[in-house]
Amino acid sequence: MKALSQRRRHPLAAVALLLMGLLITGGLYAAAGSVNEAKAATTYSASDVDEGNKLFVANCATCHGMNAEGTTDGPSLVGVGAAAVDFQVGTGRMPMQMQGPQAQAKPKQFGDEETQKLAAYVASLGAGPAVPDDEAVDTTEGNSAAGGTVFRVNCAMCHNAGAAGGALTRGKFAPGISDVSSKHIYEAMATGPQNMPVFNDSNITPEEKRDVITFLQEIDAQGSAGGASLGSLGPVSEGLLIWTGGLAIVIAFTIWLTSRPS
Amino acid sequence: MGDHSHGSPNDPGTVAKAGQGSVESFQDPGLPPHRPRLADVDPRAAKRAERQVTLLFVVSILGTALFFVAYFVVGRTSTFSGIRLQNTLLGLGTAFAMMGIGVGIVHWAKTLMPDHEITEMRHEIRPEAERQEAEAMIGDILDETGIKRRPLIRNSLIAAVALAPIPAIFMFRDLDRTGATANEIVDRLRYTMWDKDTKLVRDPSGTPIKASDVQIGSAFHVIPEGLDDTEDPLNEKAKAVVLLMRLDPREMEISPERETWHHDGIVAYSKICTHVGCPVALYEQQTHHLLCPCHQSTFDLTQECKVIFGPAGHALPQLPITVDSEGYLVAQSDFHEPVGPSYWERG
Amino acid sequence: MSSTTEYRPKTSTGKIANFVDTRVGGSAMVKEFGRKIFPDHWSFMFGEVALYTFVILLISGTFLTFFFDPSMAHTVYEGSYNPLKGVHMSVAMASTMDISFDVRGGLFMRQVHHWSALLFVAAVSVHMLRVFFTGAFRKPRELNWVVGGTLLILAMAAGFTGYSLPDDLLSGNGLRIIDGVIKALPVVGTFISAFLFGGEFPGTAIIGRLYMMHIMLVPALILLMIGIHLFMVVVHKHTQYRGPGRTNDNVVGFPVGPVYAAKAGGFFFIVFGIVALISGFFQINPIWNYGPYDPSPVSAGTQPDWYIGWVDGALRLMPGYLGNFSLEWIIPFPWGGNNLILNVLIPMIPAAILIGAMFAWPWIERWVTKDDREHHLLDRPRNAPFRTGVGVAGVIWYCVMWCAASSDLIATHFHVSLNDVTYWLRVLFFLGPILGFIVARRIALALQRKDREIVLHGREAGVIQMSPEGGFSEQHAELDVYKRYKLVAFESHEVMPAEADSTGHVSRGEKARGAVSKFFFEDRVAPVTPSELEAAHGHHAPAIEESSEDASIDR
Repeated sequence: MKALSQRRRHPLAAVALLLMGLLITGGLYAAAGSVNEAKAATTYSASDVDEGNKLFVANCATCHGMNAEGTTDGPSLVGVGAAAVDFQVGTGRMPMQMQGPQAQAKPKQFGDEETQKLAAYVASLGAGPAVPDDEAVDTTEGNSAAGGTVFRVNCAMCHNAGAAGGALTRGKFAPGISDVSSKHIYEAMATGPQNMPVFNDSNITPEEKRDVITFLQEIDAQGSAGGASLGSLGPVSEGLLIWTGGLAIVIAFTIWLTSRPS
Repeated sequence: MGDHSHGSPNDPGTVAKAGQGSVESFQDPGLPPHRPRLADVDPRAAKRAERQVTLLFVVSILGTALFFVAYFVVGRTSTFSGIRLQNTLLGLGTAFAMMGIGVGIVHWAKTLMPDHEITEMRHEIRPEAERQEAEAMIGDILDETGIKRRPLIRNSLIAAVALAPIPAIFMFRDLDRTGATANEIVDRLRYTMWDKDTKLVRDPSGTPIKASDVQIGSAFHVIPEGLDDTEDPLNEKAKAVVLLMRLDPREMEISPERETWHHDGIVAYSKICTHVGCPVALYEQQTHHLLCPCHQSTFDLTQECKVIFGPAGHALPQLPITVDSEGYLVAQSDFHEPVGPSYWERG
Repeated sequence: MSSTTEYRPKTSTGKIANFVDTRVGGSAMVKEFGRKIFPDHWSFMFGEVALYTFVILLISGTFLTFFFDPSMAHTVYEGSYNPLKGVHMSVAMASTMDISFDVRGGLFMRQVHHWSALLFVAAVSVHMLRVFFTGAFRKPRELNWVVGGTLLILAMAAGFTGYSLPDDLLSGNGLRIIDGVIKALPVVGTFISAFLFGGEFPGTAIIGRLYMMHIMLVPALILLMIGIHLFMVVVHKHTQYRGPGRTNDNVVGFPVGPVYAAKAGGFFFIVFGIVALISGFFQINPIWNYGPYDPSPVSAGTQPDWYIGWVDGALRLMPGYLGNFSLEWIIPFPWGGNNLILNVLIPMIPAAILIGAMFAWPWIERWVTKDDREHHLLDRPRNAPFRTGVGVAGVIWYCVMWCAASSDLIATHFHVSLNDVTYWLRVLFFLGPILGFIVARRIALALQRKDREIVLHGREAGVIQMSPEGGFSEQHAELDVYKRYKLVAFESHEVMPAEADSTGHVSRGEKARGAVSKFFFEDRVAPVTPSELEAAHGHHAPAIEESSEDASIDR
């Protein structure tokens, strides 16, 4: 049987990958000192940290405190790592427009360079997850089936099996993630923004994270096989379609059928 | 049988119909005059309708052809977009093939077949004469069986017929393929495969979890070690899945008997909703609420997973955990109460 | 019996027809049905839609059985769909995946089957609403109404058993909910669950058992009920709307041959075409998105198909606690506690009330109105305000529960709090039907008054006239006799107060009936009588004559 994806892999590739993953996992356990070793993908210069500090004081300190120690309006950022900054600022969630159930993605307020400087500053406050390098999100190395399994157990209950998003309590929600960049998905898993739990490297290994991203990219790229996906919302949108569109066509035909021609 | 003796041959007297016979109402003007259609008076219009019907049937033929194009030309497709294209073309082809016939026939009927409305009278559903005949017939039949005269036969037959189907009900006792006794059926809902020193492992990879791996704010989806070696892994999993979370111990209200059930703020709760059994998997790490996506029962982790919203009727059961000598998380024992939806014998 | 001249067919078709005729008596059937009259109205077509979608279900379902394997045995998926390759699943799920991706046209057939199932239950429902709101269930059709209600329940059963077959994550969680509800049944719940699932949930038996019910038991019962349903339609003949020439003793319409047969036959192909069109363009139940069933994962937005939604919604609306009191009540029996799981059982009550009231309504209405006559003429919904009110109340009650089943999607799509949606729907659950009854009845009465107005003063001609004094008024054109008859020919029930029986005693039941009758029929609008019309003409005679002249010129 042919694979649906155009990329053909050696049949043993999956096995090899799995073995590799297991070895690396084992290695991690052996090393397992800290679960959140900052993989220094980018090294920040002292001037980055300095400028980041200035940006921070000007834009973030109102809620997070002058030294990012946290206030009643915002949590402490010591130890959240560069990844958290890159995610929150890079998706426009921070700075927040106003206090609400949760910070929402919006057009971002800082350029990549400024975001990097802010990240440099926050990273300098304490060890935390770093911004993933390109290799970590290189989906050509990932296994979408393994990623799908991890996704269904750890993510689908909030984000929906088709990554369409879902409701949380009291106005909060898990956003749809079909159009989120790989880097941001990785960072979200590593840092647990807002109410999302943290999935550190011992919970979902970096390889599994890459698999999840591979899975998400693949289902996003392939689209829906049977026609319009109706928002991937399942039976509700299907029922809505049959009660509106479906019955409307049927009724239109019944009226035509029983009307008298001129 | 009721008393219908007041009916007479001319006036059955048993069936009343909703009439329009009242004096104070309008006279029925009868059917409106027939209005001829264009095709009735204009031969060209009729010819046009004929061509339209034929065209519609040709559309149907083309639709069938399109179906074959989709089936054979697109062929055994192996790409996702190919399947999508094939599905759409098969749908279009079938739709044209069917609609062509359907719309064609209806158009034919509407334009070219006679459109005079015809009046047909209704018949009485049960004419009185027939009822009398039937009653007499049934009387004769019963008489000939002698069932009224021989009550012994009747009563013993009733007893036999009443008893005969009962075995059919008992036949279903072994629908439970495990052969469990009634007590076992109830008891097995009470226990899961968690036991003293069963390791907590990740779902589905089966790797064990060190206490130091679980940072504040994280949520692990957990199964008992050795789940896949059991006879019915899915049955065991349906009871044993656990959600492992860590929060600041100061944020938790812990009752005295549960003081030792957590390890440094790491707590394990059954993932099966106590309402009707969906996995309660949505953990909000800031509010410490657990939400069930099926019926929105919300449990508060800081109050030992007490129900704070939604239809669930009792808190999620907690799994007492500790760490073994190597630092891995293990269970202290099974749950102290049955997991999952409540049932009559739960107590 | 020897006939004087034996009929000898000439053509070969004739020979075949004669062969069959002499053996089964086809001539009699042709005589009975060939020119049978069926009234024509668009609202009469929904029953046909239901029948035709059922035929489509049988056709597409048969195709699917050739490829589907209802086994819950464990397997590893090796088909074409890459993101599930190597994933563990049941044979049922794997074979459904194969139908979708490795059988040419299999996906199309699955979608045809599922979409027509949704349309089938919808058509049954709309058909029943039509029958209800026009009063077609009245004597002599009460039993056929009950058969129809049974068909609705069977349709839901067919749908649910089919929904569960692929053994995917979505339907598996649906089964898990069913298991939870069954376990909540007092005394027998635990055992029914064990028997149904062949042991513990999920077991390895349920898919095979549901498959048997889905492809044999339920369709056989549906076919049987359809047979009885149609037989009774033939016995009763079809109802018709009131109108000129249409009386309680006749049927006006088109004969089966050729017009009605052509229209009804053609309509089958149209319905098939509609289903094919939807199936070609809209994806339904993408099980590959959901993945195989596993008791641990669940997807946000887990909902049943629409026809089960209202029961699921009732489950969502019910609070588990009232204050600090858990509705899971442990009855303190001497031998120990037994759980009465009211938070699951109470939500079943609205469902039981709706279905029970549906079945009982023909008798309820007959009891209140003491109307024991045969009715073959339909009411326009406005002409039975009490019934329309009750029907709308029921529909709104259903819809509130229905909405509740998608409370999470309402929350995310309208950016409101999930909890607030539930709170509001809880309020609407009680207020909605009451408001619905009042508003619907008021609207019906207002429409009746409007009808009276039109009959008495003519329809608005759309011509504005200026009087010599400078006032503006619209001309009214008198209705022709046919249009007028449509508006005046209806019956309006009056209050029937409680009556004493032969001994002069008014029973409690009769008092209740009198009270309900008062409640239903206190406000009524009577049809215009000829004398009223005459009186109206007397008052406005000049204006009406003028305007009717104008109207005839306009035409």
